Amino acid sequence: MCGIVGIYYKNPELESGLGGMLADMLVQMTDRGPDSAGVAIYHDPVSTQQVKITLQGQDDVDWAVMEKSIAEHYPHSVSISPVANHAVVILDVQSERDADRFSEWVTNSVQDINITSVGSAIEIFKEKGLPDQVVDKFSLRSMRGTHALGHTRMATESAVTTEHSHPFSTGLDLCLVHNGSLSNHNQLREMLRKQGIMFQTDNDSEVAAGYLTWRLSQGASLNEALEAAIQDLDGFYTFAIGTKDGFAVLRDPIACKPAVLAETDDWVAMSSEFRAIAQLPNSENARIWEPEPARIYSWERN
Amino acid sequence: MKFDLQDNEVRALNQALHTEDAANASFSVVNPGGKHNVAAGAMFATSVDVHGHVGYYCAGMNQNATIQIHGNAGPGLAENMMSGRVEVNGNASQYCGATAHGGLLVVRGDAAARCGISMKGVDIVIGGSIGHMSAFMAQSGRLVICGDAGDSLGDSIYEAQIYLRGSAASLGTDCIEKEMTASHLEELAVLLEQSGIEHDPASFRRYGSARQLYNFNIDNVSAY
Repeated sequence: MCGIVGIYYKNPELESGLGGMLADMLVQMTDRGPDSAGVAIYHDPVSTQQVKITLQGQDDVDWAVMEKSIAEHYPHSVSISPVANHAVVILDVQSERDADRFSEWVTNSVQDINITSVGSAIEIFKEKGLPDQVVDKFSLRSMRGTHALGHTRMATESAVTTEHSHPFSTGLDLCLVHNGSLSNHNQLREMLRKQGIMFQTDNDSEVAAGYLTWRLSQGASLNEALEAAIQDLDGFYTFAIGTKDGFAVLRDPIACKPAVLAETDDWVAMSSEFRAIAQLPNSENARIWEPEPARIYSWERN
Repeated sequence: MKFDLQDNEVRALNQALHTEDAANASFSVVNPGGKHNVAAGAMFATSVDVHGHVGYYCAGMNQNATIQIHGNAGPGLAENMMSGRVEVNGNASQYCGATAHGGLLVVRGDAAARCGISMKGVDIVIGGSIGHMSAFMAQSGRLVICGDAGDSLGDSIYEAQIYLRGSAASLGTDCIEKEMTASHLEELAVLLEQSGIEHDPASFRRYGSARQLYNFNIDNVSAY
């Protein structure tokens, strides 16, 4: 079992309240996932000459040391903003390969540092522990943004570690949280590796994120990628998916895993259970419904 | 008696419903906030009004009580109900009325997948539509659907009756349309009246078991 939540603002005036709403929803989902928790927040997209990367270190990580090390290895300007044992790095890039080279250097040469997200707006923070501890650790309530996903995990398919925690991001600004279990993830992971998709863990949900990244890289729209996922992913799932400008929800055709959607003029919220949505301002006036099996619900900013 | 679930544990409400003082009493429950197990295991002829949306297993195992939810209900509404009446003004999530033995369950809106799965004598009236695999292995009781049904309605059904006003995306294995006789029209009219939902009984069709699946067939002996 896991708990998933998502929030997407239609009214930009509310963006400063995103972290607080997300934190309240996440803590309500503690019973569904006390192992670990994580969030993906989309805010303040960087310019087209920059790339935003979230790094995740051990608890004793010294970001000042890392900053020096980056300055020695990366040829262009960099800013680094620590958030507990994570840090948001903004790279100036002069060619498309710059960010890839940076990621390869971190992955291959820097010990105990993982990359949780790469894109222009996305930042991912995740950690073992109860959701309210994770909320405090990253000062989630003070975060702002346009949309966000959250996950509370009760592991069934793979180990309880920070690396195995959700959200998973396998492509630029793409992120997925999952409640359920996939049965053909090993086969799909092998197929996707051959297509050049990189995986950090043996987690089944990371494969779903990788699958969408692969479809999008082939030129599919998010809706087309999700249509294809209904055919190719075998197992149980409720997914909430974030892209730079969009937000989507999909349940498998059997639909064992719960989901509730709520929409007002100001926001769209998704959760495993209504009690997470009950916390939100004006939820008493929201339109509330259960997403139908195998039907894609998506919202996108123009 | 008024119960505010913002200040009280659900357990306090349920314990109050499990004492004899609850017989013929009225409870008004506010701020349910999607909590689980609201008014579960009621045993006496209590009237319970819940103002708001509830989470999993609301009104489970109900006996004798009349429980009205002024909102939506999460998964497992009135699971294994024995008697009494449970009514939801909004929608119900999956497997409402599962394995229920008796009483009346009314959902004025829609019910999701697996409505009335393995029902064992309950009457269920759905004002809207229901999801897939509803009345799977339903043993007895009656399921009335005023809207449409999802895939595999009545799969592997035993002796429950299904009345459907709209159409089913597909019928499950061994579920067939059956003749609507005068006595069926009569019992359907009673169910609709009890539920306070107005439709002409003649606008429904009846479905039930073809009885090909659950009877032993000597021709299949080699398979055992």
